[in-house]
Amino acid sequence: MLNKLIESFGKRILISLESLGRIILFFLAGLKNIFIPPFQFAKIIDHTWFIGSKSIFVIVLTGFFTGMVIGLQGYYSLVKVGSEAALGAAVALTLISELGPVFTAIMVTARAGSSMAAEIGVMRISEQIDALKTMHINPVRFLFSPRIIAAVISFPLLTALFDVVGIFGGFISGSIMLGINQHVYMDTVIQSIKVHDINGGFYKAFAFAVVTTTICCYRGYYTHLYSGFGARGVSLSTTNAVVQSCIAIFIFDYIITFFLV
Amino acid sequence: MDTPLIQFIDVSKSFGETLVLKRLNLSIYKGEITAVIGKSGTGKSVLLKHIIGLVNQDSGQILIEGRPLNKLSRTDRKSFHKKLSYMFQDNALFDFMNIYDNIALPLVENSTFPKDQVKNKVFELMKQLGLTGIQEKFPAQLSGGMKKRVALARALVTDPKIVLFDEPTTGLDPIRKKNVHSMIQEYQKKFEFTAIIVSHDIPEIFNVVQRIALLDDGIIKFEGSKKDILDSHSKILNDFIDGKDV
Repeated sequence: MLNKLIESFGKRILISLESLGRIILFFLAGLKNIFIPPFQFAKIIDHTWFIGSKSIFVIVLTGFFTGMVIGLQGYYSLVKVGSEAALGAAVALTLISELGPVFTAIMVTARAGSSMAAEIGVMRISEQIDALKTMHINPVRFLFSPRIIAAVISFPLLTALFDVVGIFGGFISGSIMLGINQHVYMDTVIQSIKVHDINGGFYKAFAFAVVTTTICCYRGYYTHLYSGFGARGVSLSTTNAVVQSCIAIFIFDYIITFFLV
Repeated sequence: MDTPLIQFIDVSKSFGETLVLKRLNLSIYKGEITAVIGKSGTGKSVLLKHIIGLVNQDSGQILIEGRPLNKLSRTDRKSFHKKLSYMFQDNALFDFMNIYDNIALPLVENSTFPKDQVKNKVFELMKQLGLTGIQEKFPAQLSGGMKKRVALARALVTDPKIVLFDEPTTGLDPIRKKNVHSMIQEYQKKFEFTAIIVSHDIPEIFNVVQRIALLDDGIIKFEGSKKDILDSHSKILNDFIDGKDV
């Protein structure tokens, strides 16, 4: 009984290590192919439009309401200690250094990451990836490399948009609805933000772009290994891609914050 | 007879517990069209995928002009694979690309042809295959037969030296079927490529090919020319041709 348990545990560890090795190799192959000419500008623009431009609406919406909630919660917490004037600073710092990059990455993963995993997964089960190989086209270069670049361009820009819209949301709930002086709100926002905080947010956005794109493309690419063939396989890959990306976002968020503070 | 262009020697392949190819032997000769016939699920597509490098054998050898494929240098293997083209059973067209881009893809990604030359080549091929006017459509908007022809166009656009056709006429009406067969014959004569066709079109396929191989239960049970078929008293071959369970 105990032997079987240990055996099963060992097997799981081996499978996880194998999977980790494969994903690192997949990432390195994708990274290497970014720098090998001819450069895939058209594909990068296409994916940037898909990951970036098409996510603007959802980022604006979630950013605005996140800012409003922080403004509302922050006000009632700060008013207890008579520091409601610091609301602008609280909203801005929370968004820029923490919630902006994390929520943006989660939303973009839910919208574009799931789509990447599903699209590449369907290509795998319908032999389109094999077809690329028979045409002497490197599938990792063709499918993954342009998406990393597109994500690295899109994530920081969307994060910046989320931050700005969130600060505006906090302004609406804190100043317009709860009566904090508008000049005080904006002034504390401007005074509190340091270049270090903005850079920190961008480092996170950059890291999340690389990590989530790698996980989503990897899950789609190896659908047949982990989730099997068919529609069910693709749906499992897509779900796993989103769940694992979200977990990775929180893990990397902690690691980066640890080194930044 | 000359040295075969491609030769399978005792090739075995299994997927999990299932042994698909069992010490299979087969010879493919340069400039000929060889048909691989056999029941569904007997490993015909797996056999083709060994040649293109999508699947590797567990044991045995695949010789290319007498040299083991797995012992060729990286450059030689790459140059051999560049001579190949593959038409998939389910077409494997890229559903996010229009028809023009699907056909042009191997040229665009691998060659330094000017755009105009690629365009001319693709349109010429589309015209020959009766695909004129659909260049802006997407695969999902086409009928099964049209998709087949697009896949055929993509397989031929690079002027390959060896073409592997995995059931190129499945799902086509008899007229289109005949057209595709004539097209393969015509192109083969024109460009003198070597072709291997996995097919269930019996007896029509016999008019297209020079050699036939019957694959059954992971083994080639008959291999020979059309004349050999006519002269053959092989029960297994005659039963298969007559549609009796082998």
